[in-house]
Amino acid sequence: MANLIYLDNNATTKVDEKVLEVMLPYFSQYYGNPSSIYEFGGKNAKAIAQAREIVKDFFGAKNPKEIIFTASGSESANTAIRGVLSADKSKNHLITTKVEHPCVLNLHKQLEKEGYRVTYAGVNSAGELNIEEIIDAVTDKTALVSCMYANNETGALFPVEIIAEKVKSKNKDTKIFVDAVQAAGKIDINVQNTQIDMMGISGHKFHAPKGIGALYVNSSTLITPLIIGGHQERGKRAGTENVPFIIGLAKAAELAKNSLDYETNEVKRLRDKLERGILSKIYNAKLNSSAQNRVPNTTNIGFEYVEGELILLNMNDFGICASSGSACTSGSLDPSHVLKAMGVPFTALHGSIRFSLSRYTTEDEIDFTIEKMPVIIDKLAKISPFQKELNELKQRKGII
Amino acid sequence: MWDYSEKVMEHYRNPRNAGSIENADAIGEAGSLSCGDKLKIYLKVDKNGIITDAKFQTFGCGSAVASSSILTEMVIGKHIDEARKITNKQIADALGGLPPEKMHCSVMGHEALESAIANYYNEEITIKDEDEIVCKCFDITKSFLENEIKENNLKTLEDVINYTKAGGGCGRCKGRIAEILSAVNSQANKTEQLTKTQMIIKINNIIEKYISPELRKDGGDIELIDVDGNQIKVKLSGKCHGCNRAYLTLTHFVEATLRQHVNENIEIIQV
Repeated sequence: MANLIYLDNNATTKVDEKVLEVMLPYFSQYYGNPSSIYEFGGKNAKAIAQAREIVKDFFGAKNPKEIIFTASGSESANTAIRGVLSADKSKNHLITTKVEHPCVLNLHKQLEKEGYRVTYAGVNSAGELNIEEIIDAVTDKTALVSCMYANNETGALFPVEIIAEKVKSKNKDTKIFVDAVQAAGKIDINVQNTQIDMMGISGHKFHAPKGIGALYVNSSTLITPLIIGGHQERGKRAGTENVPFIIGLAKAAELAKNSLDYETNEVKRLRDKLERGILSKIYNAKLNSSAQNRVPNTTNIGFEYVEGELILLNMNDFGICASSGSACTSGSLDPSHVLKAMGVPFTALHGSIRFSLSRYTTEDEIDFTIEKMPVIIDKLAKISPFQKELNELKQRKGII
Repeated sequence: MWDYSEKVMEHYRNPRNAGSIENADAIGEAGSLSCGDKLKIYLKVDKNGIITDAKFQTFGCGSAVASSSILTEMVIGKHIDEARKITNKQIADALGGLPPEKMHCSVMGHEALESAIANYYNEEITIKDEDEIVCKCFDITKSFLENEIKENNLKTLEDVINYTKAGGGCGRCKGRIAEILSAVNSQANKTEQLTKTQMIIKINNIIEKYISPELRKDGGDIELIDVDGNQIKVKLSGKCHGCNRAYLTLTHFVEATLRQHVNENIEIIQV
């Protein structure tokens, strides 16, 4: 196998060595239950309190009581959305977007079956949200607006602070949930001085392990817990605390906060280099993620008349890992709902590749990828049945 | 990551006969850009009807390229009427199998070959006016579905999606597919009214092939005593005889196996 070049950090990330290091003692050394009365357990409660303090700062929240540790981004979203609806059953309307992660989108489809009315706002061809569509839909029956901070496939950033403000000015009782899973660690996700009520994150997207997430719920928002049981997380999420992972999440949050500058400058520089390199060298490459505001690590490029899974398999032979919005890779036969909502044409839809970098990505890796992608795409374009269309493309670009 | 066989990987890495043939004697197509896979096959046929060359162009996933690539190898040297007998299962088998979700790639290969041969004989493949488009996402007709269900012995909705893609898009036609599936399968059950002798031969074959080998591993065996409609009388022997788990063996294994291969109503009686 070739050297690993990991450009799929929106899928998951490597656990930072420093994160692993602080977690390890909590497995077999400090394994006490934080709820126990004796010191051996009780000091883990203190460790969790410290972690909560750090995660509170990561969100820019006022009070550590506003942080609930969960097991995933999906659990954070489900806790927030279902939690608000169970706590206040007086409203039956929800608003979200067509490009949410399945944990929000499919939950809304389920809620429709349970009797809620849902408005799904669309995006333009650059992947940018039409925020007026959200604001216009708000009525006195709107219980909740759920909107992602950054889109996982395109990296497009949505103006969640402005949305929250405008929604509240129309109906102050409407709650706002922001799925910040793809924004956390890439940009500063600060809820301070915003009207956002709830925000969810997932550790494994910013170098904590898989299986730990967090949810910010401001003190004026009531939620009914999803998991009923003990008193943990102030009764908002039962189950013995996952001590090592909570400790790991806090460390990852601290490291991420400290490397935001690096993300904004260096990661972005490498991403831009990769993007420009591919677009300039490959005539049938087309930028899908042209949103003005984007997280610094993501680019989504469509390769016309070649298919995504086949591109990924060929990249894999060079050790390069990325993702595709193609139907074939997912096991579902439908291509990406995000790219479809953007109206990406069929010519490029099935050949769309998402590259997502991290602070571990090196210049050499980017150079290698820029060198190999044209070789791969050229090989696959040659066996495509769309030779006529490809030739027309070449002519239009002045290549032949 | 798909669990592709070595052979599938070998073929998508180094596709055989990729490209087109100028002045081809037959050209066939299947799939479309919007569906996410499209295959074009070119044949050169000599005056005796022997396929002397075959080339393909594929837009699709790894298994679509591998299916096309191996198909060209399978048809070269064959008479066009021999090539016509190739089934999608033979394409999949030649690749050392395909993941269930990817069986539609072999179906597409078969479809493109059929279309090329029809083109060779100047036959027109047109959708009959009365044919119903069942799956609008992938443009799949009722007659195509009925054919694939019969040909590949498809039993469940999932099978149909895996083999034909129908129902795998928006999913709105799943109810209709289930109707077609049960109509085809109940018809198949009816036509399979076997005589008692045919039934005995069929059941003995299944026992020999699927059941006895398993029981023998545990030092037991089974013998067919009589067949009365769907009631199958059997005798357990060796270690199975008198075993307190014999009942479980009979219902969970013997009855289930026979139900799968003969019909749903088989009932086992121990004598």
